[in-house]
This record gives sequence, C-alpha cells and structure tokens, in this order.
Amino acid sequence: MHKQVEQIQEATVLFAGDSGDGSQTIGTQMTETSAIVGNDVATLPDYPAEIQAPAGSLAGVSGFQLHFSSENIHTPGDTCDVLVVMNPAALKVNIHKLKTNGILIVNSDNFARRNLRLAGYEDNPLEDDSLTKYQVFPVELTRLTGKALEATGLSTREIDRCKNFFALGMILWLYNRPMEYTMRWIKTKFAKKPQYIESNILALRAGNTYCEATEQFATSYEVKPAQFASGKYRNIEGNMATVLGLITASHQSGLQLVYGSYPITPASDILHGLAQYRNFGVVTMQMEDEISAVGVAIGAAFSGALGVTGSSGPGLALKSEAINLAMIAELPLIVCNIQRAGPSTGMPTKTEQSDLLQMFYGRNGESPVPILAACCPHDCFETIYEACRIAVKYRTPVIFLSDLYIALGAEPWRIPNLAELPKIEPNFQTEVGGFEPYLRDEATLARPWAKPGTPGLEHRIGGLEKSDITGNVSYDAENHEKMVGIRAEKVARIAEDIPPTEVFGAPEGELLVLGWGGTYGTLRTSVEHKIDEGHAIAHVHLRYINPFPSDLGEILNRFKTVLIPELNSGHLLQLIRAEYLVDAVGLNKVQGQPFQVFELESKIKSLL
Amino acid sequence: MRKNKKSSRIPSGAPTLTQKDFASDQDVRWCPGCGDYSILAQTRRIMPELGVPKENIVFISGIGCSSRFPYYMNTYGFHTIHGRAPTIASGVKMANPDLSVWVITGDGDALSIGGNHFIHLMRRNFDINVLLFNNRIYGLTKGQYSPTSEQGKQTKSTPLGSLETPFNPISLALASGATFVARSLDTDSHHLQSTIKAAFEHKGTSFIEIYQDCIIFNRDAFKQYTDKSTKSENTVHLEHGEPLVFGKEGEKGIRLNGFLPEVTTATNGTEAEANLIVHDQYAENTTLANFLARMSDMPEMPHPIGIFRSVHHPCYEELMTQQIAWAKQQRGPGEIDALLNAGDTWVVP
Repeated sequence: MHKQVEQIQEATVLFAGDSGDGSQTIGTQMTETSAIVGNDVATLPDYPAEIQAPAGSLAGVSGFQLHFSSENIHTPGDTCDVLVVMNPAALKVNIHKLKTNGILIVNSDNFARRNLRLAGYEDNPLEDDSLTKYQVFPVELTRLTGKALEATGLSTREIDRCKNFFALGMILWLYNRPMEYTMRWIKTKFAKKPQYIESNILALRAGNTYCEATEQFATSYEVKPAQFASGKYRNIEGNMATVLGLITASHQSGLQLVYGSYPITPASDILHGLAQYRNFGVVTMQMEDEISAVGVAIGAAFSGALGVTGSSGPGLALKSEAINLAMIAELPLIVCNIQRAGPSTGMPTKTEQSDLLQMFYGRNGESPVPILAACCPHDCFETIYEACRIAVKYRTPVIFLSDLYIALGAEPWRIPNLAELPKIEPNFQTEVGGFEPYLRDEATLARPWAKPGTPGLEHRIGGLEKSDITGNVSYDAENHEKMVGIRAEKVARIAEDIPPTEVFGAPEGELLVLGWGGTYGTLRTSVEHKIDEGHAIAHVHLRYINPFPSDLGEILNRFKTVLIPELNSGHLLQLIRAEYLVDAVGLNKVQGQPFQVFELESKIKSLL
Repeated sequence: MRKNKKSSRIPSGAPTLTQKDFASDQDVRWCPGCGDYSILAQTRRIMPELGVPKENIVFISGIGCSSRFPYYMNTYGFHTIHGRAPTIASGVKMANPDLSVWVITGDGDALSIGGNHFIHLMRRNFDINVLLFNNRIYGLTKGQYSPTSEQGKQTKSTPLGSLETPFNPISLALASGATFVARSLDTDSHHLQSTIKAAFEHKGTSFIEIYQDCIIFNRDAFKQYTDKSTKSENTVHLEHGEPLVFGKEGEKGIRLNGFLPEVTTATNGTEAEANLIVHDQYAENTTLANFLARMSDMPEMPHPIGIFRSVHHPCYEELMTQQIAWAKQQRGPGEIDALLNAGDTWVVP
C-alpha cells in the first residue's frame, strides 16, 4: 500500500504522561523539528508542581501541547488533533481536549487494573464504548521499546525510559518530519553517556518503523512551511529570550550584568540560563532569599553595573521594600516578574496575570515605577532590552512582566541585528565641577549616576527623603511634596520616549480589544477572525503599562466599545477606567489557564 | 596571615589625607554622650592610615541609630533599609572588587531583621568589613529589647522582662564561617582603631562587635568592661601567641579544667603558666575561638576583648572573577552575535 500523504494547514499535538515519562522532552523536540522545517509553532507545557507525583496518579500528569502551522499562528490551540497518552491518568486528564475523530495514541501496556484504578477508571476505557468518537490506536509502547532495545544490555528500567522516543518516532512519521534534528539533540544531550545515545535513537527509529511497517495509519500528514518575514530564525522560549535580552543589553551598554535571584517557579530558568554565560562576564548570584537577591542588584547598580533581579509574584512581595529604595535612590534596576497563579503560593505551575496591581501599587508611599510587559515568548527579548534602556536612561527601577505561559512557551524568533537595537548609554558622571547628586537632566529629569571609585564625587544616598539637588536628608514639608512630584513626572515623561501605539485592524469603529502580556496570541487570533468576518474591530496590545502611551486615550475614544480581556479579575480594566474615564468592559478568567480562542470570540460576538 | 589590599591603595606621591578629609558637611545627630561619637571619631582617625583614596571607600548601612553613620563620612555612602545592608554591600563589592566596602549596623539591624543576611554574608566571605554597634537595646524606635538584650530585660515592650535567650554575636559569626571575628569597645579608642585597621587588612569578611553605650535607653550596659576600676578584673585581652592573663597586675590566668575554662592566680612565670591557654587567632580550627566566644556567657569568667579568629579563605568576589576568567579561557570571550545565533537556525529568504 502506498503511503497516502494529505496536505493540511495546521495541527495540534498533545503529549501526556507521568511527569517522569518525558512528555516535555519529546514535545520540545517535535517543536524544534517543526520550527526548523519552517512551520510557525506555539507551545503550552502544562506540568505538575510535584517533581514526581505518585506514578500513575492524576496529580502527576504532565503535558506538552504543540500547535504548528503553515500560517502565522499565535496560540497553542484550543483543542488537539492528536493526543498521545502514556497511561490512564493522562487519558482521563486530557481526553476532553481531543477533537471529535481525533487521533488517540495510547500506551496500552500501562492500562492494567492498577493504573486504571489510580486514574479512577472502573472499567478499561480501551475496552468499553467511551472512546468511540475518536480514532483510537492502542500501541504496546513499553513492550515494543523493550524488544527494540533488548540487544543494548540496558536494564529494564533504563529501556523503559526510552519509550517516549518511540512515541516521538511515531509522531514524526505521522507528520512526515525528519528524525535528524532529534538524533542530533540526543547525541549532544547524552554525549557523556553514549549508551543512551544508541538506545534513544533505536527507540526513535523503532517508533518510526513501526508506523511504516504496520500501516496502522492510513494517512500521514504534511504541514508546509509558513510565510515568515525574511531573516534568520531560531526557536526560542520566553525565559531564554529574556536571558538573551539581558546579556545583549549588558553588551550594548558596556555595563556588567549582575543578576541576583532566589529559585522560584517559573523564573528559575532565567537564573539557570544566565549562569551558563560566565564567559560573557555575567555574574549570577543565587542569594539566601528574595530580599537579598534584589539587594545585590541594587548594590551592583550603585557600583555602576546593570543590576537585575528576577522572581515571581510571592518573591515580588518580598522585594517591594527594596524596589522602593531603588526608586527613591533613583538607581537603575531591572526587576523581572514571571507571573504565576496567586494569591500566596497559589498554583506555581499555572499561568495568570494577577500581579499587575501589585506591581503598580504594592509599595508604601508615592512610588511610581515604570512597568513593561512582554506579549509572547520572543517578545521577551525586545521588552527586557527596552526595560534596561529605560532603567539606565531614567535612573529608575523598571518592572518587566512576563508570565508562565510565555516564559515556558516557545515559538520561532527572527534573530535581530545588533545594529537594529536602540543604544543604551550609561553616561556616568565624571565631571566634578557643578556635581550635585540630585541635580537633574532637564529633559529626562534623571539624576547623575556617579559610581564609587570616581574621584571628587563622593556622596551619600539613602531611603530617607532627599533634599532637591543636594540629596541631603530632608524633612522639609515643601521639599517632600516637590520630590514626590518630580519622581512622578520623571516616570510620566517616559511616555514621550516610546513608539506610537500599534492599532491592528480597523483604525476606528465598533470594538477595540485591549490587552497586555501573554494573552496576545489568543486576542490577535480572535480579532483576525472577526476582521475576516467584516467587523470594524481592532486589537491593541500594550507593552508600556506605566506610563501608558501618550496616544492611548485618543485611540480608546475612536471605538464604541473597549473590551479588556485579562487572566485576572480586571486589573488593567481598573487602571484604564480610572485613567481615561472610559466605560470599558472586562473578560476575566482566573483559572490558571490561558484564554481559548472560542472564549474570546463568543465574548466579542456578544458585544458586536 | 595578613594580606594588604594593594588594588585600592593610594598611589605614591598623592597628598596625605587627614581625619578631616573624611568628615562630611552634615551635622552629626546622635544623643550627646552616645558611644557612636567615639566610633565615628576612631573610624575617621584610622581611615587616612589605610592608604585608600576616599573615592574608593563605601559605607553601607541599614536602619537604626548606627546606620546614620554613612552620612557623616565624606566617602561614598548608602543608607539602605532595615537589615539589608549586607546584601547591598555584597552587590557593591561584586560589581567593583577594588572598592573598600564597610557595613555599619546594629544589634537589631544585623541580628534581628537582617539575621539571615548577616549569617550568609559571613559564610560567603566577601572582602567586606562589618562594624556591629552592639548596645543591647533598640534606640531609634525608643527602647525595646534587642536580640542581644539579656533575658529578663525590662523594656517598654517587655515590662515584665524579656523571655528570650540573647544571641552571642561572636559565636554566631564563628558558626556562620566568618574568617575574621573581633570584639572591641567604644571607649577604648586605641584598641578600636587597631581592631578596625586589622579588620581592613584582613582579606575576607571581617566582623567586629563593638560594645557601644546607649546613654538614653541602656546606659552603662558595659560599665564593668569599660570602667577603670573594674575593667581589668572583668575583661581579658586576646593577643595572638600570648597566654590568657588578666587582672590589675596580670596576676590571673585562664586554664582548662576538663572542657571548661577556669581562673587561676598562679602565673608569674611559674610552671603553672605553662598550663594557661595560649591564644591562637590564626588557627583554622574554630574550637578555641568558639570556646573563647562562649566565655562571654559565663558570669564567673572575664569577658574576652580582641581578635578571636583571623584566617585566610578565598573571597566570593575573587572566586567569581576567577570563574569568569576560566569560562572566557575555556569557551572564548562571549560573542554576542554568536550567542543570538546559537542552536538550530534556519533562513527565510
């Protein structure tokens, strides 16, 4: 029988299993290969907080969803075409995401009574009628992997750990994807354990051959390359883009990067990522707590370095006093908040946008701090770079917001040219004549950055209110009010130093969808659909949240209705309503999960 | 083993500085008679002797009476937030290892709200000097007990007496791996100056606990160690290589009885002298230093003053600098273009 190949525009695959089953690994590999062959990709890893919850339990299910397409896409997909499950628990947790008539690949070896019971199944779903609306392919993944690897001399346990690559081999066959990129990765990954190179490659090949030989799938699929702007591309996750953005800002400014951090999900990968680059002069300091992590960054900034700290919501709560110190001391500081679901410890491995008001208001006194938010994985690069530029130019802490969804999500990224990037100039004070610690630049209101070691500029700063110009301690009533005003004005003036707001879609009309952060993909996809249907609708996605862009008020007024969808109970909504007196409408979801396109579309429909 | 810090030294030929050069233009505002005045004076006096240009000196403090100190020094200074001075000082030192960095703190700032940072600073061994003004009371917040107040201390917040066992700061620093640990007194200007100088010359985190009299809220807390009539009976000065002797005429000594110290009067070159404990501040093993530190908790024993421990370990910033140099040598200095273009890439025409 000839292999029948069907051209399709896009597909979504979800790999799921126990957290030790390697679903994240093969999901990432399928993403890399799809990106390299030219598809647009969007991913959603969904894993439990427990490192390895009890095997076979519902709590231990780890999933990786990948959407790849020959069109430009912005989301990992609401539902999937193919679901690969390693055990009954993974089936139970994910089956609702599989489209009707979708392909379900099941490791049938793991459907013994014990595993069924752990997942809460009375009867084996592979043997009753519960899965009839799907194309079910039970595969003895464990046994077949064992057979393929029996000559390797590895233990049963070691062999069992290769079965994820058997599954990946099948999926690569199903979508006519080459195995070479995965093989290359396996060789690098296990360079120090060559026995695992052979075994994983054998498993991968066996899965591929299995599909070829058994002709289980009548059809395989092909997704053609997507149209991208010309350039050189790589695949990138949000946290890695943040890492590269920080190193690039350090390089472009000539400032040494000092990153203070305390491990926390989902920000730790920034610490791990930066720690690899000591050869770029990058200093990473894993500190004793969140407070000391921001403390070293502030100290480094005082010394004339690019001081950066990173954490997630609970860590930001602890850092708020120190951020306020950097604010009144007027030192450059970059604070990364990779948001996760709160409050308190909340749901550390789930996404949310619920820290915005904390970032705005979570400090004592009058404490204006610029806030920038990245909208998708690759945008983390540009946004963190811009945060560094503003921090250095205006001598202020800047908060960079990302979230778990884009921090761990991956997509293709057009590698920028260094020449395209704006300059970051530290402009250290060296002139002794006329130096005053709080004498300001007339345009930006930034104060001088006079680093220790500079002769003649010895001065003292601190958290007590500063006297205008001299920076001496002052309890003077008028001076205090004046300084509060100056600090607010300095941040407000940043609005004059940012690009005009991009309005996607209709320049004016029925509805403006206004968003920020990681919801970008879903919002853009939904608006594109509605534009295709002929509606006068537009999408604005804010990178600059404090200060708002100076043209925003005027843009809001051009639309009859403003819809603000957020993964919180309405943070931006409150800010926009307060600032512009616009009767904006919210769409709010606080489930630790991203929006789905259909949710947006149904809300938009109700407003048109 | 004392190591000079040549990197931050004044070049020869530069004008000699005096203590006045280290005084800022700000009025000093501590209560009249406060022990802080003496500590400030001794610090200003010793600074010119260190041979460091004042632009290379940074004073970092937290919050509390002592933490106003940086405003009064004509060097770089940063008055930060409560308990966090060690973290900010670590960042300052890491970003510029050539700076001479000083942390000014108090018993509440360093041991209560900043306790966590204090112990971790000690174990990381940045080349930072920490002067802890211990007055065993909260001054700026007006008279509550502190983590070094004696149990039973009656204060505004403990009218019936505090319930807590105090920290022994010397023991805490030693337990945290501090490489230089000393105790001095606000009233003993010569000892304080020489101890500050020794702390400066030590490469690594130097910790000095300075007994400081809070004249308003805990007056005379250390009188028995500072009063002319009692101090020789109540203190023992630690001198490296010397036996532990004290008393008006040096007539008393300290020797071991089992695992405990005891006072003996038989000294003066008799054979008993051989049994006196001989101080060794350079010992790598901390047993003796710990033993001497704990003597402070024994009312029947004199209070040790001086350097408990001074050993050379690599500093954090040195190791970090070495790691960066090693990485550059192994992998080549970072090329930003190569970094951005790393991994699997593809070109869209």
